[in-house]
Amino acid sequence: MPDMDSRDRIKKAKRDWEEQKLEKLLAKRPERKDKFVTGSNAEVERLYTPVDVEQLDYLEDLGFPGEYPYTRGVQPTMYRGRLWTMRQYAGFATAEESNKRYKYLLEQGQTGLSVAFDLPTQIGYDSDHPLSEGEVGKVGVAIDSLKDMEILFDGIPLDKVSTSMTINAPAAVLLAMYIAVAEKQGVTSDKLNGTIQNDILKEYIARGTYIFPTKPSMRLITDIFEYCAKHVPKWNTISISGYHIREAGSTAAQEVAFTLADGIAYVQAAINAGLEVDEFAPRLSFFFNSHNDLLEEVAKFRAARRLWAKIMKERFKAKNPRSMMLRFHTQTGGSTLTAQQPDNNIVRVAIQTLAAVLGGTQSLHTNSRDEALALPSEESVRIALRTQQIVAYESGVAETVDPLAGSYYVEAMTDRIEREAAEYIAKIDELGGAPEAIDKGYIQKEIQDSAYRYQMEIESGKRVVVGVNKFQIEEEPPKGLLKVDPRVGEMQKAKLEELRRTRDNAKVNEELEKLKKAAAGDQNLMPYILDAVRQYATLGEICGVLREVFGEYKQSVVL
Amino acid sequence: MDKPIRVLVAKPGLDGHDRGAKVIARAFRDAGMEVIYTGLRQTPEQIVETAIQEDVEVVAMSILSGAHNHLFPIVVNMLRERGADDVLVVGGGVIPDDDIPGLKEAGVAEIFTPGTPTTKAIEFIKQNVKRR
Repeated sequence: MPDMDSRDRIKKAKRDWEEQKLEKLLAKRPERKDKFVTGSNAEVERLYTPVDVEQLDYLEDLGFPGEYPYTRGVQPTMYRGRLWTMRQYAGFATAEESNKRYKYLLEQGQTGLSVAFDLPTQIGYDSDHPLSEGEVGKVGVAIDSLKDMEILFDGIPLDKVSTSMTINAPAAVLLAMYIAVAEKQGVTSDKLNGTIQNDILKEYIARGTYIFPTKPSMRLITDIFEYCAKHVPKWNTISISGYHIREAGSTAAQEVAFTLADGIAYVQAAINAGLEVDEFAPRLSFFFNSHNDLLEEVAKFRAARRLWAKIMKERFKAKNPRSMMLRFHTQTGGSTLTAQQPDNNIVRVAIQTLAAVLGGTQSLHTNSRDEALALPSEESVRIALRTQQIVAYESGVAETVDPLAGSYYVEAMTDRIEREAAEYIAKIDELGGAPEAIDKGYIQKEIQDSAYRYQMEIESGKRVVVGVNKFQIEEEPPKGLLKVDPRVGEMQKAKLEELRRTRDNAKVNEELEKLKKAAAGDQNLMPYILDAVRQYATLGEICGVLREVFGEYKQSVVL
Repeated sequence: MDKPIRVLVAKPGLDGHDRGAKVIARAFRDAGMEVIYTGLRQTPEQIVETAIQEDVEVVAMSILSGAHNHLFPIVVNMLRERGADDVLVVGGGVIPDDDIPGLKEAGVAEIFTPGTPTTKAIEFIKQNVKRR
């Protein structure tokens, strides 16, 4: 940024300062550590000056918010226009219980819903499947059929809320159920707002709720892109997720790299399926983590936006600016929460909230202090939501756009993360793209190496985690943890039995048969799934049919 | 020198969170143990079968979904039924303190909760494993 002359003057002045001031001081009083690093282990210099960002071209690299390359944000006014959506991920036990929690959160000022499903639902098993034993309703709500979905959204007008659903392998089925519930409320699908996660590649990498092999999974995803472009135009058809990659132990730069590499694979798959890039790309959305290293996280969000804009413009020749905008949801870092002195987590979450907001997130989930121990209690969830509200209304950081732009450190780090991520993406291209890099275990191995190094740093005391390896106290076991009613499994089973007795089973079988035929061919499967859902075919039955045709994914295990 | 301790690191149930399982597997390996990792979504039957086939002395299970009270005791019982009751069974993950006494009563030797250093788990195994 500075011109030659002033750059040389700064360089010279810095040398003088080092010789005259710094060296004397260091001789007397050495620094705390030989080497300083970020939360992701990148080296941090003592001081950043204009010289560290001398390559930066303001108009080209930063520009203005709402304009390419979107480094400063995707909207011209950002939070001056509208605050981010405060969206707490919630769901447990039965649809009835979760419906109550959603209504509570909406009453508390939450502005969007975010549905957590239990593991059987996420893996396409009904609650009465043998593998569901012990898991029903545990990490989210159990949904077996349209009946449960009707209860889940009872009294919540689907044309008024936006709903995010953390569902991947069976995303098409849950989206179909949502559309069908809306129909019953008299809301047409073009009015629906929301997101399905629908990101299978990161399930293979880090999260584990896959069902089908890569190829049919990618087909289901492109079927959804195509269907929604026509029928559910306001829906975010995918939330390409770095969150779980980071939770699995990646660095900030790896989070950006592997997420965008997955994004590239989805765009390429849709183009290969015959879709026009600007038809579907404006509906792609992203999902990132927010960890404790405040400034590195801010730089990460900014780097991700700039890199994705370039990829869409240069690699995929997108013309629509909306195709180039990386819009994202953020969740604070679950893996940063400690079981020790859980109230300390409130502070961590506040820092992570600041990072997400200073990084320009579109929506945010803040974790609750007790999540290293159990599902959050109602009180903990309220504090987490209040944390967002305090940052929004009291901290002042939402009053101007991208306030950290121009910080020598933040800009230097934004460049560094973009560069490291681009290098990883080039390496993944060489391996044949994200799906191949996953099959070979490359991405998983890179993440595991980072995770292991991090753990060893904590154990050696090189990295301090307050309350865990320093500043420990004797503690009483925590009280007031949320317990899921152990009878949930039995309740769901009884509901299923009743459903199978009262629905029109001939119609169900007919629709499942049609779906099976379509799956074996190459038609878009969404209309078939929707027809099956409307007849109250269960999630397990629909996924069962698809399992028969598609087979199941085999994990590549690397250590 | 003693033969290395053989450990099966296992992920029972549908839970996909395997960061902890993989970190502990590597820490065991770096501590000189022979480690077999099952991968995700193992039924108790599969875990016990692998444990017997691989002739392990320790089964270390990790679970974060809340299904531990259901799944851990099944594995212990099935090992007993197959005559492998000398296998040391330990568990880790997001497990509330209240659940730990019940799990120990069911035959899980120790439960390691979040924040436990890997060295503590290694030490426990070295002191409690029944060498063959």
